[in-house]
Amino acid sequence: MSRAFCTAGFRTLFVKELMRFWKVSFQTVFAPIVNALLYLVVFAHVLEERVQVYEGVPYRAFLVPGLVMMATLQNAFANSSSSLIQSKMTGNIIFMLLPPLSHVEIFLAYVLAAVARGVIVGGGVLAVTLFLAPVPFMHPLWIITFALGGAAILGAMGLLAGIWADKVDQLAAFQNFVILPFTFLSGVFYSIHSLSATWQLVSRANPFFFMIDGFRYGFFGVSDVDPWSSLAVIVGTFAVLAAVNLTMLRTGYKLRT
Amino acid sequence: MTAQAAIRVEALAKRFGSLQALDGIDLEVRCGEFFGLLGPNGAGKTTLISILAGLCRPDAGRATVMGHDVRTDYRNARRMLGVVPQEIVFDPFFSVRETLVIQSGYFGLRHNDAWIDEILEHLGLSSKAGANMRSLSGGMKRRVLVAQALVHRPPVIILDEPTAGVDVELRQSLWRFIRRLNEDGHTIVLTTHYLEEAEALCGRIAMMKGGRVIALDTTANLVGRMRDRVVVRLTLSAGALPPAMAARVVSSEGASHVLRLPDPAEVEPLLAQVREAGGQIAELSVTQPDLEEVFVQTMRGTLAGTQSA
Repeated sequence: MSRAFCTAGFRTLFVKELMRFWKVSFQTVFAPIVNALLYLVVFAHVLEERVQVYEGVPYRAFLVPGLVMMATLQNAFANSSSSLIQSKMTGNIIFMLLPPLSHVEIFLAYVLAAVARGVIVGGGVLAVTLFLAPVPFMHPLWIITFALGGAAILGAMGLLAGIWADKVDQLAAFQNFVILPFTFLSGVFYSIHSLSATWQLVSRANPFFFMIDGFRYGFFGVSDVDPWSSLAVIVGTFAVLAAVNLTMLRTGYKLRT
Repeated sequence: MTAQAAIRVEALAKRFGSLQALDGIDLEVRCGEFFGLLGPNGAGKTTLISILAGLCRPDAGRATVMGHDVRTDYRNARRMLGVVPQEIVFDPFFSVRETLVIQSGYFGLRHNDAWIDEILEHLGLSSKAGANMRSLSGGMKRRVLVAQALVHRPPVIILDEPTAGVDVELRQSLWRFIRRLNEDGHTIVLTTHYLEEAEALCGRIAMMKGGRVIALDTTANLVGRMRDRVVVRLTLSAGALPPAMAARVVSSEGASHVLRLPDPAEVEPLLAQVREAGGQIAELSVTQPDLEEVFVQTMRGTLAGTQSA
């Protein structure tokens, strides 16, 4: 019988995925950092004097964790989903399917590479925005935990979307009609306490909200929801996505006919 | 069935919608063989290869590579197998060497540089080792596909139409290399539409049609089945063929005729009849059928008794 895990095979696929995005780092790392910087400059310029979300926290600073997390999540998703769909479209996915890689190895390699890109881009956004809007680091462990957890969830989501989509168009639909709305409506630019009761309830059904809220707690020590509750949502969401992904990979759904 | 099977397939079946791609086939390829898998498009060759490679899951039956079940013991089965795919595919992010190092790593091989250098040398890729895959010609990309299939030194190598669209020089160097691998003990399974290649290289051949193996024998026996038949091509400078020969005529174009005879001994009487009827023979050639003729007759179902070895 075949063992479930081979370190060398997993490591190779993981490193290959890292190399893949790093070889086009202008597009995959530096461009998203510039985008986030533009968001900060424009939104802070327009709303700085009009909005105060947390007592004593300037809007410019409030925005930073949200933008960092948004960049982390979107790039984690983009990494695994674009790699999978490109491999499927060009046919070179065969090079991953022919070797003795298990479903566990494939899942972990893609998700961890996605986490790496998400964290690198998020870290880059944080580094450049700090010059414009200094933020405190009240609970660094929570910052790291939510960054890694959020990136892992979006990496797993990207893997799922990449396996499911048969063409780039379907993946774009997933990105534009699922990922983008969930990210924008998660509290990147506002606190859900500024919303009506109904929309507050809707927001609590959005797992992205818990990622960003928990992440922001790490900076300011203030959040809309208890960070432990947010962590529970993140762990639960990742567990469900991991189970779905592993089942798809094990059965060869849309990969092995 | 012998114990030394490189590939063993038992009652393998696969259906895609209404198409029965494989219809319960049994097949065995022995260790060290150079085995040909022939058939028209849609015969089921690629489906069979895909099942062996783990790219496709069978509906029924069992397949093993060097004794390892391709489903329940897939890790070991895949380690034993190298596949050169039919389509030219590549990862545009990487150079030739990076591609081979990555492929080695997938198989758990971390320090494989010496073998990679040897493969590059034998396939004429040494000067392209640092080149990005996108910059290579189609023939060069196909060489890399062969290199990728060999990078983990598999005892069984499947080449799915490896010379399609490839120039003569590469074809010859590729076959020299593959022959050497076969002499070193590697089992080779070849699918090709170039039947002269199959005839020259393969010791045994299976012919597939409609998801079934309809002929399986040594190449010599397959061709030998038609050795008692001859094809006569003649051009007349005067006169015409006697009407009694009409049943033997395969095709006619003006004064040129192609006739098939069941026995070489009938050639001389045939020529005598032509001359007696007033015909004057300007050109004449007598040939025995090759594998292509056997293939055509087998696919038409006009060649009986085809499974023996």
